[in-house]
Amino acid sequence: MNKIISMEEAIAHVKDGMTIMVGGFLGCGSPHRLIDALVEKGVKDLTLICNDSGFADIGVGKLVVNKQIRKLIASHIGTNRETGNQMNAGEMEVVLVPQGTLAEQVRAGGSGLGGFLTPTGVGTVVEEGKQKIEIDGKAYLLELPLRADIALIAGETIDKFGNIVYSGATRNFNHLMATAADTVIVEVEEVVEVGELDPNHVVTPGIFVDYIVNGGDK
Amino acid sequence: MDKKEFIARRVARELKDGDVVNLGIGLPTMVANHVPDTVNVFFQSENGFIGLGPAPEEGHEDPNIVNAGAQCVTILPGGVFFDSSISFGIIRGGHVDITVLGALQVDEKGNLANWMIPGKMVPGMGGAMDLVTGAKKVIIAMEHTVKGNHKILKECNLPLTAAGEVNLIVTEMGVLEVTEDGLLLKEINPEYTLEEVQAATEAKLIVDDNLKDMVV
Repeated sequence: MNKIISMEEAIAHVKDGMTIMVGGFLGCGSPHRLIDALVEKGVKDLTLICNDSGFADIGVGKLVVNKQIRKLIASHIGTNRETGNQMNAGEMEVVLVPQGTLAEQVRAGGSGLGGFLTPTGVGTVVEEGKQKIEIDGKAYLLELPLRADIALIAGETIDKFGNIVYSGATRNFNHLMATAADTVIVEVEEVVEVGELDPNHVVTPGIFVDYIVNGGDK
Repeated sequence: MDKKEFIARRVARELKDGDVVNLGIGLPTMVANHVPDTVNVFFQSENGFIGLGPAPEEGHEDPNIVNAGAQCVTILPGGVFFDSSISFGIIRGGHVDITVLGALQVDEKGNLANWMIPGKMVPGMGGAMDLVTGAKKVIIAMEHTVKGNHKILKECNLPLTAAGEVNLIVTEMGVLEVTEDGLLLKEINPEYTLEEVQAATEAKLIVDDNLKDMVV
C-alpha cells in the first residue's frame, strides 16, 4: 500500500462544492503547499472548516482572497480583511464558533460522538438555535459534531504508513482533523521508513492517513 | 510610566506561584514582562502549549513556535505541546487559574463584551469565550475609558463574550472587583480622585471600607 502521491494527484481529490478541513492556526501548521496547489487549481464553492481564515497572503487566507470559499466555519477572521469584506457583501457565509467548541466538534466528528455539552457560549449569541441542557444545575449548550469530505493537514515527519510526528505548536487542529474526514491528505517535510519513528513520539496514528505528499526533499 | 505599563504591572501582582495563566493579545501580553522573579507561573498558549517563553533572539525564530497572535515565541524547559482539543480541555476544565483579557465593555454583573461590534468589526471570538467561561479567575486589563466614553457599564450593550464570568477589572484608575452587590472599588490610583473614577464609570461604584492606593 503506497500512500505517497504527487501534489497533482492529491489536489485531484478536491472537487467543487466539497467540505474541507484545513489544519493550522493563523498559518502555523497549515499545509502551505497543498493550499497553494488548491489556489492554482481554482476549485470553488468550498465549505472550509479551519480555526481561522489566516492572513490574506498566508495559509487558508489565500483561498478566501481567491474567492474559492462559499461557506467558512471558523473561530476567528480578524486577521484577514477580505473575509469580512466577502461576509459583509453576502458573497461568503461565515459561521463563527468558539475555538474550544470548534476543536471539540471536530474531535466529536472523528470519534463517533453525536455531540457534546459545553458551557461556552451560554448567555451569548452562540446559544441561538441550540438546545440548552441543565446538568446538576449548570447550563450547557448541545454542540454537534463536524465532519468533512477531505482534511488537508500538515506534519513534520511521517513514516510511509502515515504515522505523524509534529514540530512545535503545529499539531493544533491537524491531529483532530485527521480523524474527522472521509479522505485525509498530509503534507510533510520528511518521509521515513516504517519502523524509523519511535512509537512513543507518534501523535497521529497512520490508520487515519490516506495520502502523503512529501513537501520536503527527503 | 504609560497607562498600559501601569495596568500590566498591577495585573502581574495578581499572579501567584504555580499559577497556570493565559494572557490575551495586546495589553494583557505585557503582563508577562512584570512577573516578579520570586513567582513562577506557567503561561498557556491556546494554540497548543504550556511554558510560553519570551520572544526569541533575532535569528533564532522557529516558525512552528508562535503564540496565539502568530508572533514567534519560545517554549521554556519543562514546557509541553498539545493539540487544540487538549488545549481547550485545559481551558474549559478549570485548569487555567487566571486569564487576562481586554474588553470593549464590561458591566457591574461581570458580563464581558470583547469580540464584536455589529456592523463595524467582527473579528470572531477565537478562544475568548472558552477562556472566560473556563478559567478560575477572569481579569480584565484595559484603559478605564475609550475616547472619553464609558467602558465600565451598568449593562453591556454589545454582544457578550460570556455572562457573569468577570472577577476583577484593572485599569489605570483603580482595581474593581465584581461582587454580588456590584462593582467594589478596592484600590485607587492616587493620581485620581474618587469623583474622577466614578465619573469615568457608568456603573455605580461601591467604595471598599478598606480602600487602598493602587501600587505597582
